[in-house]
Amino acid sequence: MRRASETAAVSSKYSPGSLLSVGHLSVAEVSAILAETARIAALSPAERSAILRGRTIALLFYESSTRTRTSFELAAKSLGATTTLVSDKSSSIEKGESLKDTGLTLRALGAECIILRHSASGAPFVLARETGLPVLNAGDGMHEHPSQALLDLRTILNRLHGADKATSITEHSLSGVTVTITGDILHSRVARSNAMLLPRLGARVLLCGPTKLLPEDALGLGPGIEIERDFDRALAKSQVVMMLRIQKERIAGIELDLNEYIHRYQLNSERLLASAPQALVLHPGPMIRGLEISDEVADGAQSAIEEQVAHGLAIRSALLARALSAGIFKGQTI
Amino acid sequence: MNDILILNGRLIDPLSRVDALRDLLLRDGRVAAVEMPGTLKGQESAQTIDAKGLIVAPGLIDVHVHLREPGQTYKETIATGTAAAAAGGYTSVVAMPNTLPVNDTPSKLDWMLDAQRGSVVKLFAMPAATVGSMGETLTDFEALRKAGAVGFTDDGKPVLEDHVMRAALIAAARAEVPVSQHAEDTRLTGGCSMNAGPMAFRLGLRGMPIEAEARIVERDIQLLREIERAEGLRPHLHVQHVSTARAIEAVRKAKREGLHVTCEIAPHHFALNEEAVGDYDTHAKMNPPLRAESDRLQMIEALLDGTADCIATDHAPHAPFEKRQEFERAPNGITGLETALGLALRILHRDRGLPLSRLVELMSSSPSQIVSLAGRGSLAAGHYADLVLFDAGAEWVFDATISRSKSRNTPFDGSPMLGKVRYTICEGHIVYRG
Ligand SMILES: [Zn+2]
Repeated sequence: MRRASETAAVSSKYSPGSLLSVGHLSVAEVSAILAETARIAALSPAERSAILRGRTIALLFYESSTRTRTSFELAAKSLGATTTLVSDKSSSIEKGESLKDTGLTLRALGAECIILRHSASGAPFVLARETGLPVLNAGDGMHEHPSQALLDLRTILNRLHGADKATSITEHSLSGVTVTITGDILHSRVARSNAMLLPRLGARVLLCGPTKLLPEDALGLGPGIEIERDFDRALAKSQVVMMLRIQKERIAGIELDLNEYIHRYQLNSERLLASAPQALVLHPGPMIRGLEISDEVADGAQSAIEEQVAHGLAIRSALLARALSAGIFKGQTI
Repeated sequence: MNDILILNGRLIDPLSRVDALRDLLLRDGRVAAVEMPGTLKGQESAQTIDAKGLIVAPGLIDVHVHLREPGQTYKETIATGTAAAAAGGYTSVVAMPNTLPVNDTPSKLDWMLDAQRGSVVKLFAMPAATVGSMGETLTDFEALRKAGAVGFTDDGKPVLEDHVMRAALIAAARAEVPVSQHAEDTRLTGGCSMNAGPMAFRLGLRGMPIEAEARIVERDIQLLREIERAEGLRPHLHVQHVSTARAIEAVRKAKREGLHVTCEIAPHHFALNEEAVGDYDTHAKMNPPLRAESDRLQMIEALLDGTADCIATDHAPHAPFEKRQEFERAPNGITGLETALGLALRILHRDRGLPLSRLVELMSSSPSQIVSLAGRGSLAAGHYADLVLFDAGAEWVFDATISRSKSRNTPFDGSPMLGKVRYTICEGHIVYRG
């Protein structure tokens, strides 16, 4: 099995605190992250800020991202860490300097962990290999966004099973749960991470979208994944529906009739009421209201979109504690 | 006196239909005598090699190498690349033209082939088919042929436009050399960095579809047909580094039809599949990319059944800093000269039963014929004394750190190899001893 060998190989090649792909996490590790998330969330701000006091974390952002960057930054600060932001917006990424050299510079300046957002798939692997530091993948190209999948998992568990059940999981925690992911699957790192993570906890994942945005190759992401192109039929089977935006910046060369797309794939009140009146609605953001999701649904009672943001902060705190062997991960070697 | 006497070896010379124990006398850079064992014993010679237990074969010939000189000597030079060739058992290599500047004039070709460059083995070159390899205006095939060109190619890129490829095939037919085509419809591969399919999807990488290769091969074959009919010429198309089952099938059919098509397969395309990309290993990034397992198996079939004419390495050195970056940014290609024989013996001969004589054909006699290297690819008396002596049963592990190449970009570092080169002899000179 590839997964087993991957997990074994990872420990030797990458710092164990790294999170590059959800495929690198065992179910037990996911469970530990959720437990730490709940524990940190229950602490007082003062207790929380002792966890990473005196530690230094770098945020290296080659792509702009308000949501993810702010979330990681606030998480690090709430744990008492010192953060430094290096982004392409500031002039601090030296023009033409390689990722490797930028990483080595950050390490020399004292960074103990690097959070990386990059437009190239696989970039966090390069950074982790070259620096030996724990690297958290904050989104790489069209590949993965592991922290997003973990926060989505916590959101789903909280809503479906209650907060007390969201602290420990097994291979069966999501048995009987069907999650539909609809939209631009091809370009979505969120879709990949969720489609690889949720089935390992027993969920069935239905991918939905037109062929241009959802090729059959997507089935190769792993077991427990199906393609259902009829959105209404997918909704009728689902307890959770996750909507994705169309990534205009990556879509060059693909022609898409937006009216047709909206007609077939927009999540709006009529559709939700008709096919999935109880389903939980998720969206990783940024949303394009009126395109993949309507206003009423985004702000409606079934929407957990704001909770996702809150859970993001909590999950990322736990990931940082794990990266730096703090909290319940204390004593684990980096 | 530079004579070398080679005794007690098993001579495999497919062109002479010999696979038997023979003694050889090399004199003045040529094969002076090939005799039954014992016959040459009394001969005086400066040096005697006891080849007992070794295969004695015509030196390997690689019709597809990148030596990076001029212009990118931090990756490789003609001297270091050909030293790697000698270590791999090669006595002749054909340099591709994608140097800086592109090799597209007789004077650039002269410079490259000049002894001053320090080539360790016999160096040949294929200049560019179009000026600057820009795919627009043909280079001067006649003048370049006179200056030593053994074929024409824009390797690294295809000759994309129909009318340009047609003109190139016609001009090459008149010069009696092949057009060597890098078959890639680049209109389908923009931004792509590996094979299209589930693996590329999972890694979030844009994939090169098999159609990109197959369509150009099919188009070129159609051009051959048209030119034979309309011009009464018989152009020779050589398809470089075939990697897909569909392209090899097109070559198979064209051969049955009687068209003059030859093709090469690179060792990595019969040794590895796309899974080798693993977690973005840039040493598994090349163009054409590593394909699906079914394609890999079809490449082996083609080598076994004769559809594939030769093995060519596409030796493509790159510096560490170039490969140690984001997968999509890293350049294509791997080194290959020192691992080709070891992989071919292990995977094709031992695992799949390819006879040794057929292997020598694929790596020496057949490539010599593809690019018409007179007096090479065979060890009949009178031919050049280009030889490789190897122990076909020796198992070893390739260590990239001691490679003769200037670069280390290989996915085969630490891989098991079969068959150790003991001597490489080029025009009567020992150029490698292992
Ligand atoms: Zn090529």
